[in-house]
Amino acid sequence: RRATRGLAKNPQTLSVLGKGANSGCPPPLAPQAMLRSSQPLTGPNRKRCREDEVLLGTVLDEGERGFIIDTRSAQAAKQARMTGGGTEPKSSYPQWRRLHRPLERGRQLQESFIKLVDACNDTTINMDRWLNRLESCRWLSHVKAALSTACLAAQCMDREEANVLVHGAEGTDTTLLVTALAQVILDPSCRTLAGFQGLLEREWIEAGHPFHLRCAHSAYSHARLKQEAPLFLLFLDCVWQLSRQFPFSLEFSERLLLTLFDNAYASAYGTFLCNNEKERCLCKVKENTHSLWAWLNQPGERQKYLNPLYSPNALVIWPSVEPQSIQLWQGLFFRWIRSSQYLDEAWAEIQWLVEGSEPPKDSAGNRLSRSLSDPTARPENAR
Amino acid sequence: MGTLYLTATHVIFVENGSETRKETWVLHSQISSIEKQATTATGCPLLIRCKNFQVIQLVIPQERDCHDVYISLIRLARPVKYEELYCFSFNPKLDKEEREQGWKLVDLNEEYNRMGIPNSYWQISDVNRDYGVCDSYPTEVYVPKSATAHIIVGSSKFRSRRRFPALSYYCKNNNASICRSSQPLSGFSARCLEDEQMLQAIRKANPGSDFIYVVDTRPKLNAMANRAAGKGYENEDNYSNIKFQFIGIENIHVMRNSLQKMLEVCELKSPSMSDFLWGLENSGWLKHIKAIMDAGIFIAKAVAEEGVSVLVHCSDGWDRTAQVCSVASLLLDPYYRTMKGFMVLIEKDWVSFGHKFNHRYGNLDGDPKEISPVIDQFIECVWQLMEQFPCAFEFNERFLIHIQHHIYSCQFGNFLCNSQKERRELKIQERTYSLWAHLWKNRADYMNPLYRSDHSQTQGTLRSRMAPCNFLYKFWSGMYNRFEKGLHPRQSVTDYLMAVKEETQQLEEELEVLGERLANLQKSQLNDNKDKSKQQERSKQLGLSTSNNSLANTPQEYSNDLKSFPSRSPSQGDEEDSALILTQDNLKSSDPDLSANSDQESGVEDLSCRSPSGGGCLPSEDSGKDSDEAIFLAV
Repeated sequence: RRATRGLAKNPQTLSVLGKGANSGCPPPLAPQAMLRSSQPLTGPNRKRCREDEVLLGTVLDEGERGFIIDTRSAQAAKQARMTGGGTEPKSSYPQWRRLHRPLERGRQLQESFIKLVDACNDTTINMDRWLNRLESCRWLSHVKAALSTACLAAQCMDREEANVLVHGAEGTDTTLLVTALAQVILDPSCRTLAGFQGLLEREWIEAGHPFHLRCAHSAYSHARLKQEAPLFLLFLDCVWQLSRQFPFSLEFSERLLLTLFDNAYASAYGTFLCNNEKERCLCKVKENTHSLWAWLNQPGERQKYLNPLYSPNALVIWPSVEPQSIQLWQGLFFRWIRSSQYLDEAWAEIQWLVEGSEPPKDSAGNRLSRSLSDPTARPENAR
Repeated sequence: MGTLYLTATHVIFVENGSETRKETWVLHSQISSIEKQATTATGCPLLIRCKNFQVIQLVIPQERDCHDVYISLIRLARPVKYEELYCFSFNPKLDKEEREQGWKLVDLNEEYNRMGIPNSYWQISDVNRDYGVCDSYPTEVYVPKSATAHIIVGSSKFRSRRRFPALSYYCKNNNASICRSSQPLSGFSARCLEDEQMLQAIRKANPGSDFIYVVDTRPKLNAMANRAAGKGYENEDNYSNIKFQFIGIENIHVMRNSLQKMLEVCELKSPSMSDFLWGLENSGWLKHIKAIMDAGIFIAKAVAEEGVSVLVHCSDGWDRTAQVCSVASLLLDPYYRTMKGFMVLIEKDWVSFGHKFNHRYGNLDGDPKEISPVIDQFIECVWQLMEQFPCAFEFNERFLIHIQHHIYSCQFGNFLCNSQKERRELKIQERTYSLWAHLWKNRADYMNPLYRSDHSQTQGTLRSRMAPCNFLYKFWSGMYNRFEKGLHPRQSVTDYLMAVKEETQQLEEELEVLGERLANLQKSQLNDNKDKSKQQERSKQLGLSTSNNSLANTPQEYSNDLKSFPSRSPSQGDEEDSALILTQDNLKSSDPDLSANSDQESGVEDLSCRSPSGGGCLPSEDSGKDSDEAIFLAV
């Protein structure tokens, strides 16, 4: 038996992760599955659960193997047995190999976030100490760890052609971080605007990430709530790192990520309300509120969130997780501190170059169109 | 597996691959150090570290062969005479006139004219026409109208290396100027009437202000220590109407060590985020970049906002002074942010004013304590500015990287020797080619697609909305990890946008032609859908080109316990492969007594040098470098 969440084997995940389905690559091999769950309730007495073993067994074919990515350290996972949790013992799950990739969560992650925001806001800081301060927040280390783990999961599926099960303790935080990120890496459809929204719905909202608890007060509050932790922000940061390393591969821009960050904490829309589907039903969220997606997807609104450089990339995008490749998300952490005017202007140039919208000077195309639409007008270069 | 060739100018490794005959060429001039590493089962590894941060490991099966290669490379990488350098044999197949034209591309007289000189305040002086006054200055210097030859000569005797105050930049809007010199030989109490008159002349050349700033770019402690050696800085009591300011940029030895430390960080295997950030902090590199930038900002502000002239110096006035004057000029004048203007800037503040290229960048074998990444720091300042102001520069990052590369490559004659005098004696312009002409010919590769001469970022002074302390400096992996393909975005946004721009231009031209044709037609209007659909198709066509399979990248090793660096992407074109970035290692053991050539500073700097870490083995994915036989071609 598993704590609360139960296994979620997502049929969408299955079909999409069959390699090369849309891209004209060589015919796909047997599609791999990525599963997520919470920890098994092995407990101190090493309980077993036939149904759970059978379930995991059916995922794998004869001779196939799978990887379990546990987002807790080996020690933490072992200690969890004392409180009724634990890990999958090798003997009961022989075809599965367990890998531990500890990811920070909970209080520690919130502290890291608070420290970073403090450092960014500190106007007295000089260059001498900035990097030390940045290092001591450890936020970038968390980004690196999250990306690495997601890449590992993706690698298991894409390169090792194995099935993957991801879980932490509750299955509601680092688990979702890994599975969602892995899908952005593996699956081109998750990189479209619509696909990304679908990913968020599936892997964060429906999967039961407790937004109400996690995204309560953000970094400035003195309250230091026990359940607060910026997992969702960490996810968005990782996605931003991907957009920097693969500037052509995401259909959406940084602006979308910032909007999602805002709305996770405070929103006019009901999309990120409550902690899970059950609560949303009880509160009648769907009846009483508007959906963020409905607003974002309106034609006039939608184009603000598009990446002008986007070009569908059917391949898997493998980010570099070397420290040089991971940068501080200035657009978020310095958003209110430093003007982004010059960068915004650069993006406006890019937009203009690629789409030809609102050119600052009169182009030949415009002149020609104008002359054609007005039969009496004569083009400038007419003799 | 492959074959190694040694020529008079290059080391060439040719891979044995069947389809592509991949070649790696390394200029001897680029070689910074060669290290013989411990013999392994596969052979004897030889590690070659280059000044452009490329690192190559050759594994040679036979120890004796390895030793021979090692000895040869040591000799080849340490030329004794200028004639050994590549620029004297490099032949781009241009005729004599083209070569000459190439050298005329950048003309400093034209530049000073552009600034508005000569005029009623400034004039050209030929007092140094035979290098009789100062042998590291150019023959033509620009001085205030009221500075007579007598004053100039007198002042030069009171300045270190005779480098008297001369004009670097003149702002015609408000007559403020940037002048540069070396430190005065003031000791504790010496005075020189002519030198004081010189500074007065500079002040008088700007009627809009009744004082000038004198900026000493050294840390105060060092400058004070120089007084004991009979040098020092200007005493406000003696020089009327000056406001004196220390800026505090460290000297060449500190900078050399800083770079070494930073490169060691790049060398770390699978560093954690903490390792990297700590290491970068510890090197102090970005702090130094900021110090240079801050100095430039101070001077630019003084000129543009206060309308006050500035005299800048350090010790000898050829390192920090050059850095700071050129950064200030870049901030002040948008011309220097164009491609041509940038070349002019380097020619003016670095080449003509006697920056010691030979000593600093090791054209010839020399004193390792003279080596220092001075111009590299300036180039990085430019890059940092480009990151902050993406629309403000006509050129792109690649332009900067190639300039840095060629400063060390000695393929062109621009950056040879230590002064204009030496270059003329060697007849550089008759015997070598100019880099500027080469870059200009290929300028399409160096354009910044976001640059528009009528953009707000390109007008006037480059101003940052926020206080300089909040300016965030990034680690320049494009330069220091240049050859790490896995670290950089797979597709260049710059190249893509340039292609879009070009295509748009072509289409616009076509439209002009069509428009003319249309006007000539007697019939009624064509369907105007043609041009609209062309615009849509254009983006789609270009879109397709970005997602073809040759851009597939490969995952790196994501497990923590296994080693290091990202695997290579499928080889694209003729880029050199490399593994790790390592540092210069040709430093002898520490010796606090500095040679007479370098800055005389008090012994506050840490001169301890480290021997290269022998254990740093490169990942085996660089296996292409194994050679089954080494062939020597001594030409």
